Amino acid sequence: MNTFSSSVSTAFSLITSFDPLLGSIVLRSLAVSACACLIACSAGLLLGAWLGVARFRGRGVVLTLLNTMLALPSVVVGLVVYLLLSRSGPLGFLGWLFSFKAMVLAQAVLVLPVVTALVRQTIEDADRLHGEQFQSLGAGKGMRSLLLLWDERYALLTVLIAAFGRAISEVGAVMVVGGNIDGFTRVMTTAIALETSKGDLPLALALGLLLLAVVLLLNVLIALVRRWRERLDDGLPSTAGLLVPETMADKA
Amino acid sequence: MSALFEMTAVDVHFGQVRALSACALRIQAGERVALVGSNGSGKSTLLRTLHGLVQPTRGTVAPDTSARQAMLFQRPYMLRASAQNNVALGLWLKGVAWKAARAQALQALARVGLAGVTNRNAKALSGGQQQRLALARAWALQPQVLLLDEPTASLDPAAKREVETLMAEFADAGMTLIFSSHNLGQVKRLASRVIYIEHGRLLADLPVHDFFNGPLPLEAEMFVKGELA
Repeated sequence: MNTFSSSVSTAFSLITSFDPLLGSIVLRSLAVSACACLIACSAGLLLGAWLGVARFRGRGVVLTLLNTMLALPSVVVGLVVYLLLSRSGPLGFLGWLFSFKAMVLAQAVLVLPVVTALVRQTIEDADRLHGEQFQSLGAGKGMRSLLLLWDERYALLTVLIAAFGRAISEVGAVMVVGGNIDGFTRVMTTAIALETSKGDLPLALALGLLLLAVVLLLNVLIALVRRWRERLDDGLPSTAGLLVPETMADKA
Repeated sequence: MSALFEMTAVDVHFGQVRALSACALRIQAGERVALVGSNGSGKSTLLRTLHGLVQPTRGTVAPDTSARQAMLFQRPYMLRASAQNNVALGLWLKGVAWKAARAQALQALARVGLAGVTNRNAKALSGGQQQRLALARAWALQPQVLLLDEPTASLDPAAKREVETLMAEFADAGMTLIFSSHNLGQVKRLASRVIYIEHGRLLADLPVHDFFNGPLPLEAEMFVKGELA
């Protein structure tokens, strides 16, 4: 209990003192995970939406593999990315190992199956219910997946939260490919691991609490944005022309 | 006169379930065809097969490919977008430029009495308004054939009347209507021809007057008397 209460007080003092070192670690953590989520979501949203409506031979095998990858151990991802980026690896020429970019790549690889699998399920459910109506209007599979993706955007915010949570809380991959270099690749999870190994449990726990607080704050923000947009969309005049950007739409 | 639809010996199976069995049908332009039958009899499957959403397991469906079709579903799906954009989407998907589609959507909304809700989110509209919005989306495509799957099933009496009035107006303007319904009063008011379906088989296919006054197969007779409904 003493450790826990002193951790809370340490966390509080770290936050209120605006410790620059801590600030840089928090910002780096957020930046790495945000970049990884951006990359993984860009690919995962499209891939998941397509898998949600596409029917092809071997789809069951692909989905089983995808769902298996949800349980991918982060340290294994770290190891694979390490091998790819190491000097003798196929991507060694990039010189990314032990850098910010390597950590982003590792987290993106880790998060991509999460985004793809969750989006696939959401879009497949929506397509089962409403896909026929889009088909009746003349929408092909690709267009159907994009329309459903757009229409399920608020539900998909939860996917974003899950992806970000997975990215920012993992330690194995960034430790392996980032190296936990002070002031360069040290993020919150690797700092917690380091402080724990040094025996500074209050500081480690304080960093843990801070990590939780950051994630909580982000979740609250996303929930507020979601509620605000839903209220705006469902109760008040919606934004005209929001559905399809006119520059893209004038195809005739 | 060429047929809008020519269906020959059509079977539709969903796994072990036989949804349609040996269905043969010919529908001419300008007809108002009502499909009646108990729940699960195959009315929706027949509509979806005519519309091309379901492929026959056996037999052929030969639609007049030059005739534009639109279909209205029992619970129309609206995107989380304005009423205007929902109508415009249907046109845009048919190749109309987005700006022109939005302009035509305004006319369609006015046609169904929804000019006052063009910028309202479609999902926030009432059931009756959503059904009229779906009619606007269909009407905007200027179809020669409109297929409607129980279009008033979940509506209150006032909304039901509004939708029925629009259907009658569309038919008077020359549109061919093919609709399924459990409401025999509605069938009497709107249809010129009634098809009775039971267990995926077309058991009766008669002009509306004959269906309600003439001799019918036993199952259809019981349905009309409300014993199967």
